[in-house]
Amino acid sequence: MTVYTLKIDGRDVAGSEGQSIMDVAEENGIDIPGLCHLPGIHDRGACRLCVVKIGGSPRLAAACVTRIAEGMDVVAHDEELEEYRRAATEMMFLERNHVCAVCVANNHCELQELSADLGMTHFELPRISPTVDVDLSHKLFGLDHNRCILCLRCVRVCDEIEGAHVWDVMHRGLETRIQADMGVDWGDSATCTSCGKCVQVCPTGALFEKGRPVAAGTRDERPFLPWLRVHQEERGL
Amino acid sequence: MSEQPAAARPVRHRAAVATPAGETRASAYVCEAASCMSAQAHDITVNLAAQCAAAGLTDVMVKRVGCLGLCAAGPLVEIPQTGELFAQVKPGDLGGLITALKSVKPGATPKPQGPFFEKQLRVATENMGRVDPESLEDYIGRGGYEALQRVLADMTSTEVREVVSQSGLRGRGGAGYPTALKWTTVAKAEGKQKYVICNADEGDPGAFMDRSVLESDPFRILEGMAIAAFAVHATEGYIYCRAEYPLAVARLRTAIRLAQRAGFLGANIADTSFTFDVQVRLGAGAFVCGEETALIASVEGKRGTPRPRPPYPAVEGLYGCPTLINNVETFANVPAILRKGADWYASIGLGKSRGTKVFALAGRIVNTGLVEVPMGMTLREIIYDIGGGIIDGRPFKAVQTGGPSGGCIPADYLDSPVSYETLIDLGSFMGSGGMIVMDDTSCMVDVARYFQDFCRDESCGKCVPCRVGTTQLWMLLDKICRGQASLADLDQLERLAKVVQKMSLCGLGQGAPNPIFSTLRYFRDEYLAHIVDKRCPAGVCEIVRLPDARPLDAQPTEVPA
Repeated sequence: MTVYTLKIDGRDVAGSEGQSIMDVAEENGIDIPGLCHLPGIHDRGACRLCVVKIGGSPRLAAACVTRIAEGMDVVAHDEELEEYRRAATEMMFLERNHVCAVCVANNHCELQELSADLGMTHFELPRISPTVDVDLSHKLFGLDHNRCILCLRCVRVCDEIEGAHVWDVMHRGLETRIQADMGVDWGDSATCTSCGKCVQVCPTGALFEKGRPVAAGTRDERPFLPWLRVHQEERGL
Repeated sequence: MSEQPAAARPVRHRAAVATPAGETRASAYVCEAASCMSAQAHDITVNLAAQCAAAGLTDVMVKRVGCLGLCAAGPLVEIPQTGELFAQVKPGDLGGLITALKSVKPGATPKPQGPFFEKQLRVATENMGRVDPESLEDYIGRGGYEALQRVLADMTSTEVREVVSQSGLRGRGGAGYPTALKWTTVAKAEGKQKYVICNADEGDPGAFMDRSVLESDPFRILEGMAIAAFAVHATEGYIYCRAEYPLAVARLRTAIRLAQRAGFLGANIADTSFTFDVQVRLGAGAFVCGEETALIASVEGKRGTPRPRPPYPAVEGLYGCPTLINNVETFANVPAILRKGADWYASIGLGKSRGTKVFALAGRIVNTGLVEVPMGMTLREIIYDIGGGIIDGRPFKAVQTGGPSGGCIPADYLDSPVSYETLIDLGSFMGSGGMIVMDDTSCMVDVARYFQDFCRDESCGKCVPCRVGTTQLWMLLDKICRGQASLADLDQLERLAKVVQKMSLCGLGQGAPNPIFSTLRYFRDEYLAHIVDKRCPAGVCEIVRLPDARPLDAQPTEVPA
């Protein structure tokens, strides 16, 4: 196994061949934000929050999908990147109807935490305010498209970990929605095993356990995410 | 021969509808590409053959050919012996054509056809309007498959790549990446299986170069792909063509079948050990599938969304194998380069942009159609000499190149030569070759809004900056167009455009703000007119006046009874 040395934000760090910049940063306690990234499932580089600058190149690269190389000089935090990240986070808020005060995930929402970390105090652009559905057909869980940021963690965890591939994506652009099976109500899905992994990995309140009041979301202390880590190591991901 | 009347006889796969038994004194080339076909060109072919037979013209050939170029004047029929071009031919009124065909003297020399044709230099489109697109014999008769046979008989793959490298050919899909460099990367990449893909998912508004090439000369693409496959050691190829081009797809499929039958595709091509086969895959109407990684996902049967690069498809492409993806026009240049030599090709062009480029002229231009010109020709020559200038002699305002990722070039730069570098310097982009010409009846803010609407609609929805950002940009532009924006909105527009450009995952999002940047660069005064003066200088945008804010202490306005 080849070991590469590189710099992230001026710090000398090392990682092995095939690792992403994000992996190495995490191992070294350097925090790079990311909402579609989740250790244990494949990365897709879609939320664009983890973009970094590499070696003075004008092109930004997503840290979660960019493999490290010898002598890389990565800038993960500077004024410009923070501004871009703030803008992207704002876009996620504006896209659907995120109203924290009445959200099941209030106070344990990754999007909310991120906006606080980035110092987002207000919206500069108008809300898009689309009319979207809430699917409460499943006996245990609910899906509120109003809160979905299309990170597709649910899609990947269901496919790669549970192996059921209940979730997939339909339509495109702003109309993009996650769908169960081929567009049926979640409760009617023939493939769902009701394992709840998707609910566990949802960074916002889009997927939630029924019967929980506002701000009492379900991402609690269950040993599920650490298990993902173990799984990741076993599979050599 | 059957006794059926000509009109009822099937005409597909026939080199000519009327073929003289002896020497051909005169011929009529009927354009049967999509735009003339939509104006009943096929009826012209059938009727003309019948009327020639009725008039006893046994030494006249009536042949279906591909695009004759001057699409605005279609349906077109050409008599190549005299160079006469008949425009707007009606299937019911072919008397003039018959008279002209009768009067052609044997051994006539074609007369000059005017600047539209004479200022062009045809390489990729050299067979366009000359060969029957469904006839392999016709293609071979014009030098087709000479290059492939020579490559297979006398050259190594390294030598082929060397020739392409010396020719200076660059990708004609838009970005202008050196073709030989890409080929070498694929050839050197590790992998047992390699693929060649032809990107025929032409989606830019106003662009129809690839469609015309595929409809007019499909064998050329197959030959170019086969040469490329030999050069990079690939054995399988795909042509990813958008389903909106049914005629191109039908002709490609016919060409593939005929080439397979003749031993130019399949196992042991031209009796060598080289094996290469091609399949057609249809795009389902997503612009983003022209982006190479999205295209690969779509060929694999997955959702057509791009993925971050690197790894580039040349290293990890279709099914994880090294994959060469080139545009239709790039492949169309390859046989000519290998037949006529790298030096010949490299002698054409300007600076680092060698060879020719096909452009689709559209918009407010007299000669709408397809042209191929040497790189380095000025915009003025293309638009005024070849394109015939602006309709109704109105003033030229801007030309939009490069599709939704391109920009608008104003009149001040009409004398700039067209090459990859100069267009980028001008804030535009070569793109696949669409040129939309605009006169003073176009509002540039409205144009920017149009392209943003296109990008917003075509965004695949994978990454946040493109999915949300293009909509937000469109909303801001719409606000400006309606005359309801403030100067703060203009700042906001510029800031957001920068974010979308820098943060987006693929070329669609990264290029989406380009129309905004270029119109702001050259036509800022129009933005300001909408914002400050609340008027649209071109009279295009509908300004919606909001009621002026009334002071709080003002009396309510009395409503007349």
